Amino acid sequence: MLSIRNLHASVEDKQILKGLDLEVKAGEVHAIMGPNGSGKSTLGNVLAGREAYEVTEGEVLLDGKDLLDLSPEDRAREGVFLAFQYPVEIPGVSNINFLKTALNEVRAYKGLPPMEAKEFLSRVKEKQKLVKFDAKLANRSLNEGFSGGEKKRNEIFQLAMLEPKLAILDETDSGLDIDALRIVAGGVNQLRSNDNAFIVITHYQRLLDYIVPDFVHVLYNGRIVRSGTKELALELEEKGYDWIKETVDAEGTV
Amino acid sequence: MSTKDDELLKELALEEYKYGFTTDIEMDIAPKGLSEDTVRLISAKKNEPEWLLEWRLKALRHFLQMEMPAWQNFEHPDVDFQDISYYAAPKAKPKLNSMDEVDPELLSTFEKLGIPLDEQKVLAGVVAVDAVFDSVSVKTTFREKLKEQGVIFCSFGEAVQEHPELVKQYLGSVVPQTDNIYAALNSAVFSDGSFVYIPKGVRCPMELSTYFRINAENTGQFERTLIIADEGAYVSYLEGCTAPMRDENQLHAAVVELIALKDAEIKYSTVQNWYPGDKDGKGGIYNFVTKRGMCKGDNSKISWTQVETGSAITWKYPGVILKGDHSVGEFYSVALTRNRQLADTGTKMIHLGKNTRSKIVSKGISAGVSHNSYRGLVKIGPGAENSRNFTQCDSLLIGDKCGAHTFPYIESRNKTAKLEHEATTSKIGEDQLFYLTQRGIDPEKAVGLIVNGYAKEVLNQLPMEFAVEAQKLLAISLEGSVG
Ligand SMILES: Nc1ncnc2c1ncn2[C@@H]1O[C@H](COP(=O)(O)OP(=O)(O)OP(=O)(O)O)[C@@H](O)[C@H]1O
Ligand SMILES: [Mg+2]
Repeated sequence: MLSIRNLHASVEDKQILKGLDLEVKAGEVHAIMGPNGSGKSTLGNVLAGREAYEVTEGEVLLDGKDLLDLSPEDRAREGVFLAFQYPVEIPGVSNINFLKTALNEVRAYKGLPPMEAKEFLSRVKEKQKLVKFDAKLANRSLNEGFSGGEKKRNEIFQLAMLEPKLAILDETDSGLDIDALRIVAGGVNQLRSNDNAFIVITHYQRLLDYIVPDFVHVLYNGRIVRSGTKELALELEEKGYDWIKETVDAEGTV
Repeated sequence: MSTKDDELLKELALEEYKYGFTTDIEMDIAPKGLSEDTVRLISAKKNEPEWLLEWRLKALRHFLQMEMPAWQNFEHPDVDFQDISYYAAPKAKPKLNSMDEVDPELLSTFEKLGIPLDEQKVLAGVVAVDAVFDSVSVKTTFREKLKEQGVIFCSFGEAVQEHPELVKQYLGSVVPQTDNIYAALNSAVFSDGSFVYIPKGVRCPMELSTYFRINAENTGQFERTLIIADEGAYVSYLEGCTAPMRDENQLHAAVVELIALKDAEIKYSTVQNWYPGDKDGKGGIYNFVTKRGMCKGDNSKISWTQVETGSAITWKYPGVILKGDHSVGEFYSVALTRNRQLADTGTKMIHLGKNTRSKIVSKGISAGVSHNSYRGLVKIGPGAENSRNFTQCDSLLIGDKCGAHTFPYIESRNKTAKLEHEATTSKIGEDQLFYLTQRGIDPEKAVGLIVNGYAKEVLNQLPMEFAVEAQKLLAISLEGSVG
């Protein structure tokens, strides 16, 4: 589904991604771990098409389509969803109105008519239940005055509403209490299917107990330096990143 | 901000005026120029009583002695008062009984403006439309229904003929002829406008709505509106306007006076979308309007709500004189400027009575190279014991070539008064824009959503139908193709 080859990207002339390769197939969940500042959020932003992030080399294909050629909104309409590490507040914009606009823009892109109000509302109800997102929050202004955890849950609520092909969750677990973590993970698990894929960025292997990944990658210094299965996450939990940093730095590949 | 956003914002600032077209209707236009003869001509054309002619002539004499104001935050344009025609009416003013008799050209003009006149008729008694075309009212609906309740809603000209005592009593009682040069000019040459009287204890059964429209070339527009809510009465009045594209500047100097007697309430809402000029600032309306309300009786209330997106220059300070004890004045405003538009707007709250309260919420939005100023005066008289004011004044900037300015003036002569002022300035953030586009929303729509969210507190004050229209207008005003 997603194929990233030799991706180089920079922000403000600072090289952050330095030759990243990743293959994600439909139905898979990939976890990305790595020390602070290694470029995990940058990867998410680059995939979503944020303007400040400049791709200097490499290619990204989504189902064979050149993703880097598309505007951020078209990437979203093609099915790329980024659950933000730090969701912004947009005062006065109603959450529901925003979602309806988003959903219908995606539908229009696919040549579908706007969703009937009734259908939309029943979908809202269904998905609210799925991620136990308070109906009151759904009716409030977009993230305005939401607690950190509520914002994260709203990201997953939106994910559930939009049903994207490729979801990138950027530290959605941080800031969630244990119950919320279970609920969010449960929601993600229910959304998993053979037609979509997830990239889950996290610092904690705990999340991966709930969302069991097919692969775990370690991002360090702008590249994926280790890939493995769930066991790799356990090993990292135990040993930290130093052992990887040391071997990678010794290899002198970066 | 990144280059793409910059481009987007530039595009947004260049949105062409959508309602730029003119209607070809035979006009009866007075020769250009301003003199006693002009005033006499207007008065005669309108078949006015002697006292009103005298009143106009007195105003003209004031006008001729007054100087152009110099305190506003923009270069005042040269207005050649002799190069303006002061009277224009559709020729052969017809007496109309139904919509079928309305000039089809005119109807299609309204249609292009998206004014659902027919639809509103169907909407049955929710909104009455007194559509003013240029200087003369040509269409008034729902008047019969209002009559049942004793509500008078007619053109100003008709009121002069049919209710001269009311006009004589209240005309100029809130905005004196000498208030400012444009008020003096209006008093001398006003053409037409609306008149509303709500009798004692009557809650006006529908929103009263007027659509104004400037049409004739080089014709100044000088509406005069007078609204009186008698004791315990309530009325909500809507004013909406758009103008066709013209190359020459058009002067608009209206005067609106509101009078609320004891326990009465007046809500006055405006959506203003006159031609703002092209991207170089060519053409466009000069909107120099004087609007003021008087809370004359105790426990009375006057609220102004305005959404201003049009005009090349706007100069407007709807105010309230809080004379009655416990009276309340409110001002809610959204002013959007782009390209080279200039807006200097705000309010004046004059507290005279005891325990009077006023609230000011101003939301400025500036794009392009426009300048948007809030200018507000809160004045507390010596007798205004325990009066309160709350002012909130926010500015939103789109791009970095525009300007937002705030000029709050406070004059307090009573120590028991409490005044609060809050002000913020913000920019549409790249992060907000990215958040919305990441969900598949078109960048233009995203800006529209953000702007409407920002203005929500004010838009919420508008009656439902009007709020929807205003929302669309804000979004349209910021629309442009994305590069
Ligand atoms: N917009 C930006 N402007 C300047 N520097 C940036 C920007 N975005 C990212 N960077 C820098 O790029 C590097 C990688 O940042 P990134 O946010 O991708 O790290 P991360 O792996 O997500 O870290 P964390 O685990 O702390 O979230 C950091 O050094 C960061 O300071
Ligand atoms: Mg990060």
